[in-house]
Amino acid sequence: MENVLVIRNLNSWFGDNHVLKNIRMEIAKNSVTSVMGPSGCGKSTFIRCLNRMHDMTPSFRMEGEILLDGVNIYSESVDPVYLRRRVGMVFQQANPFPRMSVFENVAVGLRLNGRKLSKSDIAEVVERSLRMAALWNEVKDHLDRPGVSLSGGQQQRLCIARALAVEPEVLLMDEPCSALDPVSTAKIEELIEDLSEKYTIAVVTHNMQQAARISDNVAFFLMGELIEMDKSGKMFTNPSDKRTEQYITGRFG
Amino acid sequence: METRTGRNPKDLAFERASALFAFAVLALTVLLFAVLLRESLPALRTFGARFLVSGTWDPVMEKFGALPFIYGTLVSSFLAILIAVPLSVGAAIFINEFAPAWLKNPVSFLAELLAAIPSVIYGLWGIFVMVPMLRDYLMKPLAKYLGFIPLFKGPVYGPSVLAAGWLLSIMIVPFILSVSREVLATVPQRQKEAVLSLGGTRWEMIRIVIGQHCIPGIFGATVLGLGRALGETMAVTMVIGNRPEVFLSLFQQGYTMAAVIANEFAEAGGLQLSSLILIGLLLFLVTLVVNLAAKWMLKKMVARASRGI
Amino acid sequence: METITFRRKAVDRAMKWAFHLCAFLVILPLFLIFFDLLIKGAKELRWTLLTDLPHPVGDPGGGIANGILGTFVITLLTMTWSVPVAVMCGIYLAEYGRGKFASAVRFAVDTLTGVPSIIMGIFGYILIVLPMKRFSAWAGAAALSMIFIPVVVRTTEDMLRTVPGTVREAALALGIEHWKTTLFITVRTASSGILTGILLAMARIIGETAPLLFTTLGNQFWQTRLDQPMAAMPLQVFSYAISPYEDWHDKAWAGALVLITMVLLINLGARFLTREKQ
Repeated sequence: MENVLVIRNLNSWFGDNHVLKNIRMEIAKNSVTSVMGPSGCGKSTFIRCLNRMHDMTPSFRMEGEILLDGVNIYSESVDPVYLRRRVGMVFQQANPFPRMSVFENVAVGLRLNGRKLSKSDIAEVVERSLRMAALWNEVKDHLDRPGVSLSGGQQQRLCIARALAVEPEVLLMDEPCSALDPVSTAKIEELIEDLSEKYTIAVVTHNMQQAARISDNVAFFLMGELIEMDKSGKMFTNPSDKRTEQYITGRFG
Repeated sequence: METRTGRNPKDLAFERASALFAFAVLALTVLLFAVLLRESLPALRTFGARFLVSGTWDPVMEKFGALPFIYGTLVSSFLAILIAVPLSVGAAIFINEFAPAWLKNPVSFLAELLAAIPSVIYGLWGIFVMVPMLRDYLMKPLAKYLGFIPLFKGPVYGPSVLAAGWLLSIMIVPFILSVSREVLATVPQRQKEAVLSLGGTRWEMIRIVIGQHCIPGIFGATVLGLGRALGETMAVTMVIGNRPEVFLSLFQQGYTMAAVIANEFAEAGGLQLSSLILIGLLLFLVTLVVNLAAKWMLKKMVARASRGI
Repeated sequence: METITFRRKAVDRAMKWAFHLCAFLVILPLFLIFFDLLIKGAKELRWTLLTDLPHPVGDPGGGIANGILGTFVITLLTMTWSVPVAVMCGIYLAEYGRGKFASAVRFAVDTLTGVPSIIMGIFGYILIVLPMKRFSAWAGAAALSMIFIPVVVRTTEDMLRTVPGTVREAALALGIEHWKTTLFITVRTASSGILTGILLAMARIIGETAPLLFTTLGNQFWQTRLDQPMAAMPLQVFSYAISPYEDWHDKAWAGALVLITMVLLINLGARFLTREKQ
């Protein structure tokens, strides 16, 4: 299986603060990779490097390479705007655009991408995306309702649909379920499994059971370093590194 | 390899375009000051500092002095403050501390509505309703019984600095009121509760806690109200009588800086025009200083409140 | 002990009613003014008031139609350039406004909001009336825009700042260019607030008289040329009010009633917009 994302010697700083140290990682196509670790270990920072979200932070500095399909995403020739259409992101707190309907929320990425699409094309993509996000049946008669009128779990699935509408290859999810109830969480975990057939997914989570449930591979971060990464079965039953074992058995949170 | 925050040329163009509009606003402000200064130079050169203290306003002899207008502006504005501040602060305390929940919004809404009424309508009401009432029920009795006091001397016609101050006070109430309410809201709840739990009455709590806390803020609100009163034109010119004199009696007809500009500008030329513009420049500078002072005071108060003093 | 407590309670009671009185006195003029506007304005209020030109003294009837049209024209003219300038300036301050230049712009806006409106009239006179050598609608619009723009810059910037960072973040993650995010997402999110600010500023300039006194001057007749003196409602109310004729005083009240109705309708419309957003 080929690798979609290859991270080589990634080091990053916020000002003088060395937050990521020598990260080397490979993420295979159509896999689900969980990134876990205690608070402050750098997992959110790491995931945001993968779609260059830190470009907006003046104090951020990085060294190393992140290759998407063989091309370094931080090279001069790469347009970060195009990158983010290939690598989408879903956030911890569902953030549908206020003042926009369900339909408009999903369509906005398409509309503002500069491609001239007909109304019917857009409607088709919106329906497809909502179906993939397992939300279509719940909203198909209410597409004009404001996006923010949905429940928490529905809003998050709306954000997933919104991200899928621009047809990315990779989907990054930063603790997508931590603000949701167990029922919504279960729905989204099921969704992640289905989506992995078409997309490569990386999920930041602090919930080990979740990581065990949904992922093929698990990466364990601690204090800015990648301690260990392996198949999820092995990570939770027989980890190689002592620190991984300590984290899994709850020695530190 | 270092990151760079990639500058999309279209983003840069948009940022530059919006900066251009921002610059336009800045330029207009500078332009305003510049043209006021340039056009008032002839008067400034001819009269110098005497302009501020001379009482002559003679278009025929081309001798101009702004003293009566400065005097009228100050007297009417201070009168307005004298009346408006206690009432506004009292009403603010009422809304914040005494009004039942259902009354709070309607009352403050109505007070805000006062600010939406155009100045010329205040003036209209002033001429035909307020001035006669003031004259018959306040000024005439005062002149009759207290006429020996210089403040209440002289014939009572109606239009006067008193009328102007009174009308102005109504107009500046909404501004002082809304700022006062914000000031009152910064008082920490626990301090209020402390006084009450020690057996203090509501009034004592207000006097002690609010008095201690809010004086700077109320002062800032007052200065803000003063700034507005200084610049009012239409309502004032319609009830003040428009006589360029300096006098002691509140019942006398007076003139303000804004009013003389309003009345004489359209037909003025030469040195008179320049003198009027010089008055405008003075008014501009005075209101600028007063407004800046008010904002500075209020900023200080907000800073103190957020530090939990 | 008893007397002290009694006295304190009495003072407390008295002050409580004093505060009630303050609130009453503050609101009272509002009711008086509206009452007078309705009663006195009704006298001359007929259809012709809104459709006819002013009649000469002594002639019954006549209206303020040219003033209504003039106010409409001048307001529209003012807003034509003032709205884009003010909104773009507000966008700049909210989205890019860090540093000395932005501080200077904010200081300029603060300065302008405190300037008496008659000074803006002087500005319009010097800038437009003097070179053109005549009074005109252009000059009035120039003066009014100096009142309109700072208000709308402030409200636009404030409204844009209320848009949470998560909205911008979500747009960024979707691969939308920053300028498109600003225009089509951030501004759109704040749009009803921005529109409210524009409407409130519009209601304000409709009622302004002083800036028009020696810029637009006023006109007795139908006049829609922008380079000539034009009628405006507040100017008409003013000249009718200070005239020596009784029937013109009645017209002043009627004109004032029309004016305040317009101002209030726009004000209430603006508030309705913000309520709908909630």
